[in-house]
Amino acid sequence: MQKAIRKYGAIFVLPTLVAFMIAFVIPFIMGLYLSFCEFTTVTDATFTGLSNYIKAFSGKDFINAMLFTVKFAVVAVVFINLLAFFMALLLTRKMKGTNIFRTVFFMPNLIGGIVLGYIWQSMINAILVQYETTLVADANAGFWGLVILINWQMIGYMMIIYIAGLQNVSTDLLEAARIDGANTIKTLLFVKIPMVMPSITICLFLTVSNCFKLFDQNLALTAGAPSKKTAMLALDIYNSFYNRVGFEGVGQAKAVIFFVIVAVIALTQLTITRRKEVEQ
Amino acid sequence: MSKKIVNSIIFTFMCLMVIVFLTPIYFIVLNSFKGKLFISDAPFALPTSETFSMFTNYVNGVTKTGFFSAFFWSLFITVFSVVAIILFTSMIAYYITRVKSKLTSLIYYIFVFSMIVPFQMVMFTMSKLADMLKLNTPWGMVLLYLGFGAGLSVFMFSGFIKSIPLEIEEASMIDGCNPLQTFFGIVMPILKPTVVTVAILNAMWVWNDYLLPYLVIGVATNYKTIPVAVQYLIGSYGEKDMGAMMALLVLAIIPIVIFYLACQKFIIEGVVAGAVKG
Repeated sequence: MQKAIRKYGAIFVLPTLVAFMIAFVIPFIMGLYLSFCEFTTVTDATFTGLSNYIKAFSGKDFINAMLFTVKFAVVAVVFINLLAFFMALLLTRKMKGTNIFRTVFFMPNLIGGIVLGYIWQSMINAILVQYETTLVADANAGFWGLVILINWQMIGYMMIIYIAGLQNVSTDLLEAARIDGANTIKTLLFVKIPMVMPSITICLFLTVSNCFKLFDQNLALTAGAPSKKTAMLALDIYNSFYNRVGFEGVGQAKAVIFFVIVAVIALTQLTITRRKEVEQ
Repeated sequence: MSKKIVNSIIFTFMCLMVIVFLTPIYFIVLNSFKGKLFISDAPFALPTSETFSMFTNYVNGVTKTGFFSAFFWSLFITVFSVVAIILFTSMIAYYITRVKSKLTSLIYYIFVFSMIVPFQMVMFTMSKLADMLKLNTPWGMVLLYLGFGAGLSVFMFSGFIKSIPLEIEEASMIDGCNPLQTFFGIVMPILKPTVVTVAILNAMWVWNDYLLPYLVIGVATNYKTIPVAVQYLIGSYGEKDMGAMMALLVLAIIPIVIFYLACQKFIIEGVVAGAVKG
């Protein structure tokens, strides 16, 4: 059978492979190479070694963006997961209306980052105006605005994953815990949470990597204002590429560092999930 | 008795949360009907006879951005990209799972690798390459989405194809079908659940994507998609028409809400399946 399929190989393979080469493989390799070059378009590159990487770290923008991203990710991940888990616990009780609640909470996840960012920008500014400030003027407001926005977007999504996990906890187990005299809190801590650890791992990594890669929402809500204080990594890379002539190489070097960070997060997740699977 | 009380407390709490979740939507719908000068005065008040502006904001929002054209191109690019992704990535996934060689497993690993690469890593070089190859058209976008969306889709399709027993395909080959007929007649129908998941994940991504169309097609053409048009109207410097902005935001989420309410079950299942596997 393999032989027969091989004969038709070109039809099966080529369309995706050509598109994949153009959209990913060639740009990726070029990007790696160009991070060691000085250039303004891809055809006039001259090799400059590590100077782009040194420049990336010697300016304060990139370091600031990294610190801001980490701070944002930590705060956002904690809030999203606590709230999502709490709501999942409430919604797995037998109660009327749980389906409607689920529908409403999940909906913001479908709205794209740009539109979502501007919805919140207009509403937060309308509130801040009463205190005579705006998102453009106040970096603190920008930070918490982003945290609230990402909570609004991701709570429903994480909640659905937690609900799926909680529903898989066998009723026999819960019954046994009840007979042994465990109260609600003990059941939660010693039965439910250990049983939904796989869902917790998935949710933690999804929120961490989404927070790290956040771009559209950041661009729409604050665009980094005031003076780049609320610019996250992806936005800082974008700014080096397109808003600063002569810094394309530095932008590409930042992008490589960004890629390494995201890849490390993803690989950590993979190892943790693999280890868990072995234990079970 | 006490369980009833607890349940009604939870029910009330959930209703409050629903109100919190819907406030931003309520806010933009409300203000889209107010005159643009009145929006900042009392942002949460209902429109009064003085501030009510009928559909003026909608007319402004639509004409300033060419919303209907943006809607058309968003739909065009999303539909054709999703069709192309489903058709072609399932085919390559079939090939690399059924034909076992060093080369096919290398290709598979490159696809998996591409899933963890953030867009920023390739955005500059990809948009320059797309420019050189004259891909700055809606059809070019379809090709780019096929290429950049291939990683996750191939990964999901291969995972499912591995679990399909070979015997069915062998029987069809013996009966005289060629591999293409076998694939479309036998394998594709079995793949249906994965097709739905892949379609939904990619449709949501392509419809909402901003950077790729912005960098490749840009704002100076008639091919603006909805996110590009929104950013173009609102994100540019200068005086802003708050009213038109509100109306545009409402128009931008209407298609998503309709689509969501129509196929809610598939969307939630698809997104969860994608999260668990990806």
